[in-house]
Amino acid sequence: MNARVLPYVLILPVTAFLCLFFLYPFVLVAKQAFSTGDGFTLENFRQVVGYWKFPISLQNTLLLAAAVVPVQLALALLMATMVNKMQRGRDLVLYVWTIPLGISDLAAGIIWLAIFEQSGFLNSMLSGLGVVDRPVNFLSYQHPGVVFLAIALAEIWRATAIMLVILVAGIGLIPKEYYEAAEVFGASPWKRFTRITLPLLRPSLQTALVLRVILAFEVFAVVLALGGTLFPVLMGETYAYQFDLLDSGAAAAMALIILAISIGFTLIILRALRVPKGATI
Amino acid sequence: MTTVTTDVAAPDARRAGRYVYIAAVVLLCAWVLVPLYFLLINTLSSPETVNSFPKPFLPEFDLGSLGFFAGFAGILTALKNSILVAGLTMIMSILIGAPAGYALSRFDFRGKEAFRLLILLTRAFPLPLLALPLAVMFIQTGLDDTVFGLSLVHTTLAIPFAVLITFSLFSGIPLELEEAAWTLGCTRLTAFTKVVLPLILPGITASAIFAFVISWNEVFAAAVLTIENRTLTAFLLQNLDTSPLHLKFAGGFILVVPALIFIFAVRKYLFAMWGIANR
Repeated sequence: MNARVLPYVLILPVTAFLCLFFLYPFVLVAKQAFSTGDGFTLENFRQVVGYWKFPISLQNTLLLAAAVVPVQLALALLMATMVNKMQRGRDLVLYVWTIPLGISDLAAGIIWLAIFEQSGFLNSMLSGLGVVDRPVNFLSYQHPGVVFLAIALAEIWRATAIMLVILVAGIGLIPKEYYEAAEVFGASPWKRFTRITLPLLRPSLQTALVLRVILAFEVFAVVLALGGTLFPVLMGETYAYQFDLLDSGAAAAMALIILAISIGFTLIILRALRVPKGATI
Repeated sequence: MTTVTTDVAAPDARRAGRYVYIAAVVLLCAWVLVPLYFLLINTLSSPETVNSFPKPFLPEFDLGSLGFFAGFAGILTALKNSILVAGLTMIMSILIGAPAGYALSRFDFRGKEAFRLLILLTRAFPLPLLALPLAVMFIQTGLDDTVFGLSLVHTTLAIPFAVLITFSLFSGIPLELEEAAWTLGCTRLTAFTKVVLPLILPGITASAIFAFVISWNEVFAAAVLTIENRTLTAFLLQNLDTSPLHLKFAGGFILVVPALIFIFAVRKYLFAMWGIANR
């Protein structure tokens, strides 16, 4: 086979697969969302947006993302710079820090449940220290703040690693000469970080943020494991429409809403962190 | 005088900074490991201890919880389904993805940019949501509630990674090696199997493992698309509000163990994979 046809033959399976299981389902989901059986309608959207739980779950999802993503970004940047100048034990520390990368959101939720549940480790510690007399039921409607905190901590614990890996890889691509030159001119470590690392890390920051923000809007199993119905989020409501209420039209409408929010934020991040033309390393 | 004081102060400050640095590293390691340790304690304790208060801070090495987990109706089937789905996802995503990665690294062809865009586009979408329309499509084609149907969706999740990772792996192998093989009488195919493949095999294994983990961990699509043939994640999710604590913790533990092993196995490739896969 000649070199003109071969590449197309090689990419054909992936293209066909993605058309069938990625592009086509989008057409289907839009069709489902905009119809109730007879022609084009916005009824599904009116129904899901008008439901009393919708504003709460939208607010919860956005609040959670707003609380979690900046902390993760700061933490991942800190960890990445710490690892970068590590001489001994770098591999071991990186392995430990990337462990959560392989852990599912459901497992992360269960792990933090072990800490926050009524007979869990937080209560055991607090009673050991004499702060509380008897175990507090943290994950109940009386403590909405603690429920939020538990979910946020579980999310930060689980998904910081994905940003860390991208940022460590990105920092590795920055030429050492820049830092050496800056050092010669007497730039402090903080200056070197803000004037060299951050600007040159922009492409990696972009990817890390896009990936992370999209995952933040998909938050689902962590919330279900820790908060159950106490903390409704968009993805959980979508699941409830599909599975408990068997209303796939409404579920499709929810899916499109989540999709629209994700795309909106992706565009904002890409624009805010755009890399100037010709300014790549 | 001043020079003397700075001479003394500088190493002191540096040493103090060094201690802060080490303390921060240890603290961040503990932040990752301590919650895992708590899960381990709960898994290796008897059901009675798991439900009692206060909790011990050392595991009692009782296999009661794990025994209960293994004996719980349907859970071993769910475990088997999880392994099957993840295995199928692994095989499909490499078989379909790797040729495209090779094409991207070796050829310039029209439409290459459009193809790359299609791959990168999958990143900007919450893919598990695709399970919703696919549920309808699968009922029409008889793929609903099957291991194969779910693994098709998981392959969609894993394939962009497979393409980009294999692309970066193939790019690391000089074309000259292949050309040398051609001049020595190899065809394109034999040059690939005899020269490129042995060099690339460890990397391919790493990305296959990565695909396995993606599928193993996926919750939403698995929960939407399976009813009878649930995977472990779907099973645990659907029984969250009814199952006892010791079942949840043992289940969580079983979910975590392969992840630990796999991340350890692919740690060498993790950064190369992500670094290039995301540019």
